[in-house]
Amino acid sequence: MINIFEVNETNKMVEQENLDVRTITMGISLLDCIDSDLEKLNKNIYEKIKAKAEKLVSTGHEIEREIGIPIVNKRISVTPIALVGASACKSTEDFVSIARTLDRAAIEVGVNFIGGYSALVSKGMTPAEELLIRSIPDALSCTERVCSSVNVGSTKTGINMDAVRLMGEMVLQTAHKTRENDSLGCAKLVVFCNAPDDNPFMAGAFHGVTEADAIINVGVSGPGVVKTALENVRGANFEVLCETIKKTAFKVTRVGQLVAQEASKRLGVPFGIIDLSLAPTPAVGDSVADILEEIGLESVGAPGTTAALALLNDQVKKGGVMASSYVGGLSGAFIPVSEDQGMINAVERGALTIEKLEAMTCVCSVGLDMIAIPGDTKASTIAGIIADESAIGMINQKTTAVRIIPVIGKKIGEVVEFGGLLGYAPVMPVNNYSCEAFVNRGGRIPAPIHSFKN
Amino acid sequence: MKRTVITVVGKDTVGIIARVCTYLADNNVNILDISQTIVQDYFNMMMIVDANRSDKKFGELADDLEKLGHEIGVQIKMQSEDIFNTMHRI
Repeated sequence: MINIFEVNETNKMVEQENLDVRTITMGISLLDCIDSDLEKLNKNIYEKIKAKAEKLVSTGHEIEREIGIPIVNKRISVTPIALVGASACKSTEDFVSIARTLDRAAIEVGVNFIGGYSALVSKGMTPAEELLIRSIPDALSCTERVCSSVNVGSTKTGINMDAVRLMGEMVLQTAHKTRENDSLGCAKLVVFCNAPDDNPFMAGAFHGVTEADAIINVGVSGPGVVKTALENVRGANFEVLCETIKKTAFKVTRVGQLVAQEASKRLGVPFGIIDLSLAPTPAVGDSVADILEEIGLESVGAPGTTAALALLNDQVKKGGVMASSYVGGLSGAFIPVSEDQGMINAVERGALTIEKLEAMTCVCSVGLDMIAIPGDTKASTIAGIIADESAIGMINQKTTAVRIIPVIGKKIGEVVEFGGLLGYAPVMPVNNYSCEAFVNRGGRIPAPIHSFKN
Repeated sequence: MKRTVITVVGKDTVGIIARVCTYLADNNVNILDISQTIVQDYFNMMMIVDANRSDKKFGELADDLEKLGHEIGVQIKMQSEDIFNTMHRI
């Protein structure tokens, strides 16, 4: 039988170390909503989401209450809208009408984000996919809860540089269209390489076409728990360090597994995967940067940061894998700047640059995340940053992503406030030497040699 | 059988166990096990109970206990045993 010390340990994790389940995300297929009549399509989408996710939020609250763990977000991901709307949408406005429908459905069922305003164009773009991409700035500026993502490359297909160039422009346009809110629209837009079909985390979640009709994916969290565990092994060798991370990750993930199983049972929707990511929040003590500093760095960004992060990421996976029956999504440590107080501090003291963050993305999920850059950055420079991250993902056979916010009207060092879980960020300098001639070449970068495995 | 864990943490005072147990008895909740320690004047109790035969729903019992805790000046939490078992037992 369980004893008082174990009970206290668990409750201390929740009460003092910010242990929570970051998100229950219900993936919903919209393939059966497809219709060539736009009005009918919008109606089908609204009704399907409402029917499937009606009880998602209340069930989440119920589970929260019964097992005593906060479930921070309840969200929905849907089939990439470029596919769903391909037959009905003849203009960018047509696609924006679907974004409005998604927003309405999200508000109706009470979820805080809905992901899947997406296009998967890693090799080429259909006319519908290009239309959807071009509609992103409008879609994100006229909706509140819709999240958008575009997959521009993969290890198997190479990098679609036409899409990369276009996304550079779209990120900038989204920033302009949402300039009243510190270009917040860009916080809801992710550009991927090797995007997973079952990621529960926003803004990059979508419900892949390989998935079932509806599915429950869960993202766990717990940087605070890992940090506290490591405080007890200060100065110990790497073996002890790694074992401690593994054991802690195991416990954290088991909670996610329990929540996922309960949610799946109560909603009558199959369980998909647990995403083993260490996801920070701006709350003090819920920071991945703090863990890296606890491992032995004076500040994140110091030499040794990449190695420490590689070790952390690997141990989290090793501990988490045994705790869950199915693991998927992004699964790794997140290193967003604005959502992690330790990262913000490191940027403010001048210890952390975009270049170092890029190096860090080689060994963890997911990429350059929630980074504010000057609003006068050129579209081609943003495309260059996207191309660099995509190349890291393509060559290393991992997911990488870019979610940067060119904040219109703000200069290096100024602070941008996004609010809530999105936090705040100091505007970081970007290398402004031009890459225009490179991104304007057109076409695609071929798949790497090690992708030919057949 | 689904078991529930009740934890009571706070400054020690007269009658904490009595008040909690009276509430549980009134609501047909059976106590299976109690362990209790005092750490630096802080009262720390864990009960494993069977709440399946209570007329009240889980959420109501948990709310009532939380309120009772406020009255006594301690924190009372009621949780399904599942979270502790999944975390600490393979």
